[in-house]
Amino acid sequence: MPNGLNAEPAVAAESLTVVRGDNEVLHSLSFTVPHGGITGLLGPSGCGKTTLMRSVVGVQIIESGRVDVLGMPAGSAELRPRVGYVTQAPSVYGDITVGENLRYFARVLGADPARVDEVIETVALHEHDRVANKLSGGQRSRISLATALLAEPDLLVLDEPTVGLDPVLRVELWGTFTSLAEGGTTILVSSHVMDEAERCDSLLLMRDGELLATETPDGLRSRTGEDDLEDAFLALIRQREAA
Amino acid sequence: MNPRIAIATASRVLTQLRRDPRTIALLLVVPAALVTLIKFVFDQEPGAFDRIGGPLVGLFPFITMFLVTSITMLRERTTGTLERLMTMPLAKLDILLGYGLAFGVVGTAQALITAGVAFGLLDLQVAGSTALVILLAIGNALLGMSLGLFVSAFAQTEFQAIQFMPAFVFPQLLLCGLFVARDQMAAALEAVSYALPLTYAYDALDRVTSDGSLGARGTVDVLVTCGVILLALALGAATLRRRTP
Repeated sequence: MPNGLNAEPAVAAESLTVVRGDNEVLHSLSFTVPHGGITGLLGPSGCGKTTLMRSVVGVQIIESGRVDVLGMPAGSAELRPRVGYVTQAPSVYGDITVGENLRYFARVLGADPARVDEVIETVALHEHDRVANKLSGGQRSRISLATALLAEPDLLVLDEPTVGLDPVLRVELWGTFTSLAEGGTTILVSSHVMDEAERCDSLLLMRDGELLATETPDGLRSRTGEDDLEDAFLALIRQREAA
Repeated sequence: MNPRIAIATASRVLTQLRRDPRTIALLLVVPAALVTLIKFVFDQEPGAFDRIGGPLVGLFPFITMFLVTSITMLRERTTGTLERLMTMPLAKLDILLGYGLAFGVVGTAQALITAGVAFGLLDLQVAGSTALVILLAIGNALLGMSLGLFVSAFAQTEFQAIQFMPAFVFPQLLLCGLFVARDQMAAALEAVSYALPLTYAYDALDRVTSDGSLGARGTVDVLVTCGVILLALALGAATLRRRTP
């Protein structure tokens, strides 16, 4: 993976446990996300991916354990300009235009106003003057992504950014993630589609609030003897159940 | 606190409103139309219009700002934009001050139009200065806004937020002394009225419109109202959470 093989991890979690309502959603997870590159968080819907990402961003109340991000406890005030978070549902103001959304968030972040045009370019969104609610779901997702890029974060946390997008757009967005990672940004991206795992430098595989493995795609193949990552994931689950 | 963020937030909220011309029209026209309605309801009793109309000019901004703010803030909570803002480097009060500025502007416009119609076209007569009535009206707009921001934390849907009108605002209107003098109510209700912010807001308006000046009691009323605005903003800020379950 690019950038800083020897650097400390971007994210380090130890015995992270999260309870929501009466359910324990994350069961004492320990993992690291390496500095630089794309780390994919994969697992079926409802396995706790969003909760894990919220814990990394620092918006989740956690039961026990700790999460450190860029060397500081997750959610520290110093991290706010350095961590970008894109929720699964696009968090944008639907009743104002793309440009107005981005200019507002840029002013809140204290970002250079020129960044607005740059991020619009980065996510290939050319509808500056259209009201967000008049755009498709995929376009709104890209406004949401563009917003997270404004402050040039060191860590970008993306919750299922490609869900429901057409295949061409999915490929384009993954291209964007790759070039951001090449530019030095650490990306933690979740997905429930295994074919997206292929594009990641390292993987966190999750099921029912537990981590099955932290591997590179190739490491996962050689460990399970399967070529297809979907099959490899299944093999891992069977191994775990057999044990 | 950061004035840059408060001003950016205010201008964003006003931009959102500008995209919704029907809401602007309703906000600006309805109170003036209702004052006109009251004028002709009391067609045979001009004294009654003067007694009720003056305070009402000040109370309308309270009612509309309460409703508009609680729904706007609820939307901010439910669409995920509030959570997004909470992950950014800003103080919670920056957002609330931004809302305060934006709706302060709208409330001022509303108060000016309502007062202009009441005093200019409908010949409303008040004992005190009309400028003071307008100032109190703006204060009431801020009171409605700050309470609306606070109660929006207790609504999960827009239906619930609208129900806060009859649940939270109507009892205050009934007990504030507008319809029946408070000392003529059941003793228990009179006691309750002392705990309701609108009682003080109305009392200040009533003193200016009937007695001609605020006096010492009216000054206390204004101070209590300002205190409630600040308290509601602080409580509102406390309901904005950076971490949620």
